[in-house]
Amino acid sequence: MGHIPQPRGPISEGIISALTSGDTRATLPSAGTPDPFGDDLHLSLYVCYELHYQGFDAVDPEWEWDPALLGLRRDLERVYLAALRDGVAGGADVDPVVEELMIDAPGGVSHFLEDKGELWHLREYVVHRSIYHHKEADPHAWVIPRLTGQAKASMVAVEYDEYGGGRADHMHSTLFRGLMRALDLDDSYLAYLDEAPAPMLGVVNMMSMFGLHRSLRGALVGHFAAAEITTSPGAARMTRALKRLGVAETVFFTEHVEADAVHEQVLRRDVIGDLLRREPELTGDVVFGLQATDLVEGRFGAHLLGAWDAGRTSLLEAPHAG
Amino acid sequence: MPDERRVTMVTGGPILVEGPVEITLDDGRVVRSDRFVVALCACRRSKTFPFCDTSHRPKHRRGES
Ligand code: FES
Ligand SMILES: [Fe+2]
Ligand SMILES: [Fe+2]
Repeated sequence: MGHIPQPRGPISEGIISALTSGDTRATLPSAGTPDPFGDDLHLSLYVCYELHYQGFDAVDPEWEWDPALLGLRRDLERVYLAALRDGVAGGADVDPVVEELMIDAPGGVSHFLEDKGELWHLREYVVHRSIYHHKEADPHAWVIPRLTGQAKASMVAVEYDEYGGGRADHMHSTLFRGLMRALDLDDSYLAYLDEAPAPMLGVVNMMSMFGLHRSLRGALVGHFAAAEITTSPGAARMTRALKRLGVAETVFFTEHVEADAVHEQVLRRDVIGDLLRREPELTGDVVFGLQATDLVEGRFGAHLLGAWDAGRTSLLEAPHAG
Repeated sequence: MPDERRVTMVTGGPILVEGPVEITLDDGRVVRSDRFVVALCACRRSKTFPFCDTSHRPKHRRGES
């Protein structure tokens, strides 16, 4: 369970003060027209979604199904979803989009870290990604009841692998915590939520939105495939970055090199393949999920490299040393 | 449990085998994997041979050199 974060604007301020008021009938703000990629919208969505994961220690769990809060969340989701749809090319064919994602374009964050990253860059990167890896594979579990047949069976098999094949110490989220401790970072759940800027929160909010909406099951599957396709070569670079910086705790990344080479194949052939044989009308949504992942990861990478090129921190505040 | 172990040959990619597997290499080394599916490198380019690490992928878009 995490601590409720500090607000970042009027909407998140209104939500957080209602959630912490001790009164589940407290008045909520209206969505208005927030920046679809801004901090206020993304912290607000993140807080709304977190009620469906571990919740917050000071917040009544009944808020999870509060109709007024769900209505506000829906308004915020529509703003974000429209911006994502606007930001991608779309398409009627999955294969060319997948092929494009397999081309390992230079100039990304893992290239930077492999070539010239310093320890503080690596620590910042790990702080950002903890916002996802503390709940690694959780948003994707929501799609399971929305699938049938081979697509469902194969999705569950990949999730089983993400959750360590039945062993808590092998769960990918557990491996990530080991990496955080090796870097003297606080590995407790969402310890760095206040430091994570909108580009990182937006990555996870997209997953939560796709996972929680049955109507977006095609997009969730497309997103998961995009993540699995792109992590394997990135994880190999991260392994080399860690070794170069003298960090011995490489298992999170070495596991992902090998696991995601498998997950990619299973996602493409057995999950997307079977889903689209059953529901070919979801092709456009699968393409959307693939492209939206590339869009939000691109924004995240540009934010980090922009800050680092200028010699600045990419976090909202310096991470507290562990 | 299926009666036969399912093996899938991916064109231009790995050989997918249902795990767990034990693999004997030319030099006598034995490696194991208990993953539900194991991707065995068929292109010989993997840096984590005998497991696939996606090194089989084309480096450029079609038509690009
Ligand atoms: S088949 Fe994938 S790296 Fe060789
Ligand atoms: Fe993983
Ligand atoms: Fe994976």
